[in-house]
Amino acid sequence: MISRRMMAVYGWLLLLPAISLMAVFTHWPTLTTFYHSLFTTGTVIRSSSFAGLGNYERLLQDPVFMKVMGNTLIFVFGTVPLSIALALIMALWANERLPGKGLLRLAYFTPTILPMIAVANIWLFFYTPEIGLLDQILTSLGGSGHNWLGDPSTVLWCLMATTVWKEAGFFMIFYLAALQNMSPELREAAMLEGTSRWMYFRRVLFPLLMPTTLFVLINSVLNAFKLVDHIFILTKGGPDNASNLLLYYIYQNAFSFFDTNYAATLTVVMLLLLAVVAVLQFGLLDRRIHYR
Amino acid sequence: MKKVQAMHILDGAGAWLLAVLWIAPLLYAFWAAFHPPEFAVNFSLLAPLSLENFVLAWEQAPFARYFLNTFVLVTMILSAQLVLCTLAAYAFARFEFPGREVMFYVVLLQLMVVPEVLIVENYNTLAELHLIDTILGIGLPYMASAFGIFLLRQSFKTVPRELEDAARVEGCGLWGVLFRVYVPVARPTYLAYCLVSISYHWNNFLWPLVVTNSVETRPLTVGLAIFGAPESGVDWSVLSAGTLLAVAPLLLAFFLFQRQFMQSFLHTGVK
Repeated sequence: MISRRMMAVYGWLLLLPAISLMAVFTHWPTLTTFYHSLFTTGTVIRSSSFAGLGNYERLLQDPVFMKVMGNTLIFVFGTVPLSIALALIMALWANERLPGKGLLRLAYFTPTILPMIAVANIWLFFYTPEIGLLDQILTSLGGSGHNWLGDPSTVLWCLMATTVWKEAGFFMIFYLAALQNMSPELREAAMLEGTSRWMYFRRVLFPLLMPTTLFVLINSVLNAFKLVDHIFILTKGGPDNASNLLLYYIYQNAFSFFDTNYAATLTVVMLLLLAVVAVLQFGLLDRRIHYR
Repeated sequence: MKKVQAMHILDGAGAWLLAVLWIAPLLYAFWAAFHPPEFAVNFSLLAPLSLENFVLAWEQAPFARYFLNTFVLVTMILSAQLVLCTLAAYAFARFEFPGREVMFYVVLLQLMVVPEVLIVENYNTLAELHLIDTILGIGLPYMASAFGIFLLRQSFKTVPRELEDAARVEGCGLWGVLFRVYVPVARPTYLAYCLVSISYHWNNFLWPLVVTNSVETRPLTVGLAIFGAPESGVDWSVLSAGTLLAVAPLLLAFFLFQRQFMQSFLHTGVK
């Protein structure tokens, strides 16, 4: 038999490869992000110097940052409820005894499997002014064309529509799994009682699906902060930053403007946002999800 | 009863309307890719089918090389993940050591702070390691995966102690127990994890974009983004063909193994 002490040593040795890689690419960089946010970016003429909270003051005075934060919040809190609502509807339908149920599920889920870059390529066709599909449909209905991605008032909504299209089917599978675990007697009982469908949904299904909803909610919010791939194809953040989101702005600062320390400061904001969601997750989810 | 039937028909109609709406963008891409450019926005049943767009796309960009890069990348990440995550999960599931609980939370932190968020610092680290513009460089931050460790640990924990003891009596050492008892039990989890990992890294874009700057290292997604850039002047039909080329292997795998894919993606909801 192996002694307790040897077991402890083996345990650590088994963990070591994974944990050291993780330390190098997750934990250490998280710490250095905070550290680097306290310095100015060095240039050829002037080397990097300690700036205290200078970068953070700059954040508050940066109109682009303010706009980016506004966009990010609209993007996250616009796409998430819409995707979840659609996901729920899809799941309810995909769970019914409808003809071609398998095909329905397939249609709803397929966008999930595509890379965001490919999705953006496809959607670019729809938004292109005049020759794009959206404008073609509009003009054939007697409307007039519109530069969807060139207009600051519509561009963010276009990004959001594309995102909802890609994400809803993914969230659907969580609802579908939850629905399939529900006992069929519930519905039969409600039917016998003569409960209307809407009442059955509101009073029985929806409350029972609450743990799934909360769970999907947290995960989709976490996810939404990181969805920027389509910006590279559709808008590059424009026009006039109307579709710029936080992670894309970080990318721009680091790799287009070469202002890495400001990018680090922006990353701190991102990390704090994720931390807030994480705290909510522990507070909200862990307490309320376990009643089943 | 009539009312119920009417509702049922209405349900079916709604469900199918949404399904058609949902799949339409993809169908449109197929339409554009398989027809000559003059039919890209002209839907005529008489439009001739053609593979010309695929030929053009294949000639205009080094797709073969991109395919190879993505294949190497995905294989490399997955094999490293399987080894590292198996070892770590084994440690968490069956070894008692001081700091185990704390380390588990330390690992789980990565579920939140994914490598994409840390592109700035990780790029610097990679530069110091002289790994910029290498496929290894794209893969490194993903090899130790908190998600994989978590899933496998959950699965390993379901193994009854008696099974392990029996294997010990039969003369299995620590490695024997891992490979004869734990790994076989966790087979469905491994399958789910593989599918999720493959589709994630096949589709991943931001980090590979940051790290690569040559044809020899670029994965498909980055290649596709360059191919589709307005500067490159390709038309819709060719772009559609290129896009479909890039997604074809994964899409095909998905159509063949739908059930497994959906089951696997369900696991991404780590609880």
